[in-house]
Amino acid sequence: MKTRTWSDKLLLGIFYIAISLFALVCILPFLLLVSSSMTDELSLIQNGYNLMPQKFSFEAYKLILKTDVIYNSYLVTAIMTLVGTVLSMIVTSGIAYAISERRLKYAGVISFFLYLTILFNGGLVAYYLLIVKYLHMKDTLWALVLPGILSPYYVYMLRNFFRTVPEALSESARIDGANDFTVLLRIIIPVSLPAMSTIGLFYAIGFWNEWFRALLFIEKPDLYPLQYIIMAIIRNLDFASSMINSNQQIATVVPALSARMATTVVAIGPIIFLYPFLQRYFIRGLVMGAVKG
Amino acid sequence: MIKAIIKKQATQQCALKDKLISNRRGQELEILIGDFMDQECAEWMEQTKFRRNVFQSVFRELARNKYLYLLTVPGLLFILIFNYIPMLGVYVAFLDFNPIKGLTGSEFVGLRNFDFFFSGLDWPRVTFNTIYLNLLFILGEIVSAIVLAVVINEIGGKWFKRVTQSVIILPFFISWAVVSIFMIALLSSDTGLINNTLEAMGLQSISFYSSPEAWPGILIAIRIWKSAGYGTIIYLAAMAGINNDLYESAKIDGANRLQMIRYITLPLMKSITILLVLLALGKIFYGDFGMIYALVGDNQFLYPTTDVIDTFVYRSLRTLGDFGMASAVGLYQSIMGLILILITNKIVKLYDRDASIY
Repeated sequence: MKTRTWSDKLLLGIFYIAISLFALVCILPFLLLVSSSMTDELSLIQNGYNLMPQKFSFEAYKLILKTDVIYNSYLVTAIMTLVGTVLSMIVTSGIAYAISERRLKYAGVISFFLYLTILFNGGLVAYYLLIVKYLHMKDTLWALVLPGILSPYYVYMLRNFFRTVPEALSESARIDGANDFTVLLRIIIPVSLPAMSTIGLFYAIGFWNEWFRALLFIEKPDLYPLQYIIMAIIRNLDFASSMINSNQQIATVVPALSARMATTVVAIGPIIFLYPFLQRYFIRGLVMGAVKG
Repeated sequence: MIKAIIKKQATQQCALKDKLISNRRGQELEILIGDFMDQECAEWMEQTKFRRNVFQSVFRELARNKYLYLLTVPGLLFILIFNYIPMLGVYVAFLDFNPIKGLTGSEFVGLRNFDFFFSGLDWPRVTFNTIYLNLLFILGEIVSAIVLAVVINEIGGKWFKRVTQSVIILPFFISWAVVSIFMIALLSSDTGLINNTLEAMGLQSISFYSSPEAWPGILIAIRIWKSAGYGTIIYLAAMAGINNDLYESAKIDGANRLQMIRYITLPLMKSITILLVLLALGKIFYGDFGMIYALVGDNQFLYPTTDVIDTFVYRSLRTLGDFGMASAVGLYQSIMGLILILITNKIVKLYDRDASIY
């Protein structure tokens, strides 16, 4: 009896240590990032990136916040996320509600129409040509938003959720003379708010983290989203220097290394701050999507 | 002319007959119409029945649920424009495409683009890397998710559980661009944290950004770091569904915790694991462009182990400007991807009816 509890205790101890270690590994890069963004540039060059700044300096933050680049890209990302998420939710909830209704005869045809896009796609070249050459969206905000409006996976997830809403609710509204628009707006969406906010969150995170479309379609620096600024800084350290140099004429050390860390901190700031709130919906959404398959 | 008249007559009679049949006394009256007319009627009905019925029923259905169908219009339009129209663009794969001349002006070269790709040295490399890296990712993600889920499932303490769960899915919210910045801070040869630590311990530093052999390992580690939390939540949800009586009776029989994990928890995770693996296998021909491009980018040293089909297509398009070949490689990927998804979905359906997404 005693040996069993001992082995159980040992196992539990190992588990606690293992999960704590993994959790530590998960946040370690964030700490490294924040610390090096607050480190003096010279110390960074000499001593490298460290978990604790050897010499504090907020110079990098001061400099990147002095230029327009960050504000500008923040605005681009905010517009992209807001417009994208709102449009996505309107389009997704409409189509998901329609195919969730069992009386809709062609619901199967419509889901298959969506499903086919998962099976086969035209490839990058055709996609690029369509948007650049035929829709003339190069260097517009539309190129960042419109191609990502609808994800078939989210349509299926939302449809599955809408199907769990008791039919009696919409039926009684329909008897009172409500049409399908009204039923969706007044009954289905209010009842499904948790699911709606989860899917909205998925879309919003997707738009916030988007840089691939900027890589393909945006050449004007005015339209760079935040994430793409980070990509530009990674590819080219001079981009970081040029960001700060524009209104900093005195040739001291240009804090390019710490500036790129500071830019990244600024870019992920909102996600980290909203995180405790976000992750609740997120976990719920994952479970919802996972269990339903 | 005569035919038309007969047809018209037949129509009228058919209508009359329909009416009569629907009438209560239809059976008696039908005899009066006569054999000849009946035959004519049947023939004509046969010809038009199918078409008329389809159009009528489609139209009737659209009219009856017009608001519901209206709700699908914006979504279907977006899908049509951004997903279906590019499918027509696979035509570029058969052209010596010139952006100025466009689709209609470029020369048709048949399979030359494919020939060029398949006779080159890039083909086996990018195909192998795509599949190999994806297999590593699937293995790493599934194993780490199961291990983490078992651990979180076993530990007590609601608060501790919730905090660790929140922390391990945090990386999932971060874009690959940010992960790439993390990697620079960790892996840079002179300033990176790992090399600093190695040097401090008196060891040889490693120049990660010029050693391709290290990258499959690095990529799999990053992949686990970023998405293990996601998988863990799926497994935790599945574990929450296990009936507690099983553990109770095992306890009475004298099982310890390790035995319970081994003989109860893990076997019950089998079906969801098979499902997740199959779904992931269906996508094995698609490399993770976001990950590879953000982390490796244009670093040619690392191409031998990290260049995947997607990054190759991108490079052919943007750096080389070879639209035709990029498109051919994309088509090769799409077709292989299609075959694999169809196969895996078939297996998933055989395995579990409710599991496939569509």
